Amino acid sequence: MPRFLTLGNSQPRWLFPFVLSVLFLLSILPLGRLAITGILSLVRGGGDGLLSDPGLWAALWNTLTTSFYGMLVSVLIGGSFALLLTLFDIRGKWILGFLFMLPMMIPPQVTALSWVGLTGPSSTLLKAIGMAPPLGSPQPLYSIGGIALLLGVQNAPLVYLALRAGLLALPRDGIEAARLSGASALQVLRDIILPLALPGFAAGAAMAFVSNVGNFGIPAILGIPASIYTLPTLIYAKFASFGPSTFADISLLSGLIALLSVAGLLVEERVLRGRDYRIIGLSGRTAVFQLKGWRAVSEILLWLVLLLILILPFAALVASSLAPAYGVPLSLKTATIHAYEEVLLRQSVTQTAFRNSIGLSLATAFGLLLVTVLMGYVVARSGRRLAALIGALADIPYALPGIVLAVACILLFAAPLPVFGVSIYGTIWILLFAYFSSFLAVSLRPIASAFRQLDPSLEEAARLAGAGFARRMRDILVPLIAPAAGAAVILVFLIACNELTVSALLWSAGTQTLGVAIYNLDDSGSFNLASALSVLVVGMVVVMMFLLELLANRLPKGVVPWRS
Amino acid sequence: MAQLILNHLSKDFGTGKPAVTGVSLKIREGGFLALLGPSGCGKTTVLRMIAGFEQPSDGEIFLGEWRLADVNAMVPPEKRNMAMVFQSYALWPHMSVADNVGYPLTVRGLSRDLRDRKIREALEAVRLDAYADRRPADLSGGQRQRVALARCLVTDPDVVLLDEPLANLDRHLRQEMEETFREFHARSGATMIYVTHDQAEAMALATDVAVMAEGKLLQVAPPQEIYAHPEGRIVGGLIGQGAILSLPWPDRAEREADWSVIREMFSPQALFTQSFADVLVRPQDVILSDEGLDATVEAAVFEGERHALRLRLENGQRLRAFSRRPHGVGDRVRAVIRSGWRL
Repeated sequence: MPRFLTLGNSQPRWLFPFVLSVLFLLSILPLGRLAITGILSLVRGGGDGLLSDPGLWAALWNTLTTSFYGMLVSVLIGGSFALLLTLFDIRGKWILGFLFMLPMMIPPQVTALSWVGLTGPSSTLLKAIGMAPPLGSPQPLYSIGGIALLLGVQNAPLVYLALRAGLLALPRDGIEAARLSGASALQVLRDIILPLALPGFAAGAAMAFVSNVGNFGIPAILGIPASIYTLPTLIYAKFASFGPSTFADISLLSGLIALLSVAGLLVEERVLRGRDYRIIGLSGRTAVFQLKGWRAVSEILLWLVLLLILILPFAALVASSLAPAYGVPLSLKTATIHAYEEVLLRQSVTQTAFRNSIGLSLATAFGLLLVTVLMGYVVARSGRRLAALIGALADIPYALPGIVLAVACILLFAAPLPVFGVSIYGTIWILLFAYFSSFLAVSLRPIASAFRQLDPSLEEAARLAGAGFARRMRDILVPLIAPAAGAAVILVFLIACNELTVSALLWSAGTQTLGVAIYNLDDSGSFNLASALSVLVVGMVVVMMFLLELLANRLPKGVVPWRS
Repeated sequence: MAQLILNHLSKDFGTGKPAVTGVSLKIREGGFLALLGPSGCGKTTVLRMIAGFEQPSDGEIFLGEWRLADVNAMVPPEKRNMAMVFQSYALWPHMSVADNVGYPLTVRGLSRDLRDRKIREALEAVRLDAYADRRPADLSGGQRQRVALARCLVTDPDVVLLDEPLANLDRHLRQEMEETFREFHARSGATMIYVTHDQAEAMALATDVAVMAEGKLLQVAPPQEIYAHPEGRIVGGLIGQGAILSLPWPDRAEREADWSVIREMFSPQALFTQSFADVLVRPQDVILSDEGLDATVEAAVFEGERHALRLRLENGQRLRAFSRRPHGVGDRVRAVIRSGWRL
């Protein structure tokens, strides 16, 4: 009496096809469309006009130089923070590390705005203390050097994290063995620790480079006023002055960015091969060296750097947001919260932006959760190769700069959808699609690693108890991965809410996001409104990071990006 | 309930070497079968095929007339009415002890009253009724194991599977849990299959012992039978203590030989006439006395109740023996082999 006969698999039949179609839709389809358009326009000679355009070569050169110098800055700052905070007996490590991670989570255009507010002739902060340069003198940050410096500050945490992970994974007994063989602390550092930590250094540098290449917010705010274009801002400019060759041009340009990024990612992959630095995290602490007399000096130095790259710019941002009008000196008497009232209560543009960003981010965070819980389950239950393939397909849209994905979405949705005959181009839906595609990996990572850490027998016991797939998911699996799911939601919300690059190309009237609103306010000269909005965004970031920090102890290792 | 039948069961994970090959086995209703073998012999794979976590690559599994699995299709584990005790206990950390035990009933949609009553009964049976509201994390290893058992008890399963359930417990707890398992078997009347690599555990608990090695089933028999009459070198070496000698065995049907026969085998004439056979000699069948074979003591270990000796015979073969008197290494003794079993 054969009944209930099914294939021998714990997954329902629809699950794997579902995961594959999601990956196809969110990853293969847009990037494939971009690749096809790029190749076709190259074949048809569409690239000729672009290739003979000196603007392209200048932009390429600018991208390379700013990215490279930015990388050097990141390596210098991130490297010293990682070494000092990981290996030495510095006090207040937690708060130093937390503050140091902030630049990574603050949107780049906000970083740029705050630095602009800090330096230059119209700096409210400098005026308030009477140190502003005379009017008419140039803003020093509107330059290649300025862009590189800010890129470096923004991405220094990437180097910090990669190097720190490498340092924490060092075998403590190896260091102790070296000490017992008679090596001094300095010799151990030079002969054992630094050589072993080199891959982490190189990987962090490569990541910082890739991130610099794709950065839009900083060169947009610092470069465009001085007519310094990088590849992402060139795409933006080409797109703004729409012409017949625009699609071909931007697909080639984003292809170029993609190539540069892939080159960087390959370097990273190569140096980290066989060593997943996100998972290795020894519970035992690395040996801590005594700084003795140098401790106070080092601590002061660290705090000075933080003051310079984080606290002063943020103070400048707050100062600008409180100033009654652009250029008016700020004092206790003139300070006003007018700008905050304006962005929160009066301006319909900023109110729409709040609604759009928060709505989009919530929809993305929770919508992706539905997908990634199923996908994470499949990843954890499949063989190594299949899991790696799914992970890679989900990672690519996130690893590539947002501008590339935005162009891919434009190309994909410029024409009306085939079956339905409606176009989502110019609506909020194209943004939602791009967010889904871009942040799939952000949501998948914590959930997949939580599923992987789960003892499979917990699910098997539920199967023998008679629970079908949906039941097991609801009663057993989802409650067990809930902390990771919470982290995934917060992370996606955090990143999506601050996002500018994707929405800069995809927004249109009524669908602007917070990132776009800040950029546009600054572009139209409402510097104090842009600052007020930025202060609110930074506040939101800090609150979210604290929420994650509270969850951190219940999460798998590597989920909270600034903890390793 | 019905007989569980494995018919020519095989499993190949595609690693080049099949994990299980051609295992055929009938487990009588209400029987307690121990699946014994060294680690990696395929015993856990057999258990997982019975549970429905793996699909056989060949062969079939029946529960009575009900075809549970073959190459093409299988009944998913959630429909099999089986229960399992996992090596890691597999208790759900987010549920209380009572919720863990009652989950199979919740899934089956039982009424609250009935469920509470059954949970209470099951927890009483494993003497954990006072812990119903605790979380698994607050319990000791042995208590967790008993919760896992209680979870098996509630649904009156046809088959209960136990995957090395005592591997993570210390020696003292093991004995206590063995007692609990025996009680559990008597109470539930379910067919039980117990995977272990510990032969003492298998012999102490099971009504039948099945020995596996390298994916193959070597012998199935009740514990006394498999101890007295093991088939082949592997089973002989795995079950109980003993030494395997290579002796010139006379051409006769009997597989058991006493001293009068064995003495002949050591006479010089025997070497020319017969073919050699593997013979298992248990240490308790080796008597040290004034007559018998000359031997040298190679190793002596005091085990408390007795001294365990390793002897070396004149022809170089080794024997195990027990003695009530201490012996030094190198002492010369004489040994009578009271009984031997041709493998």
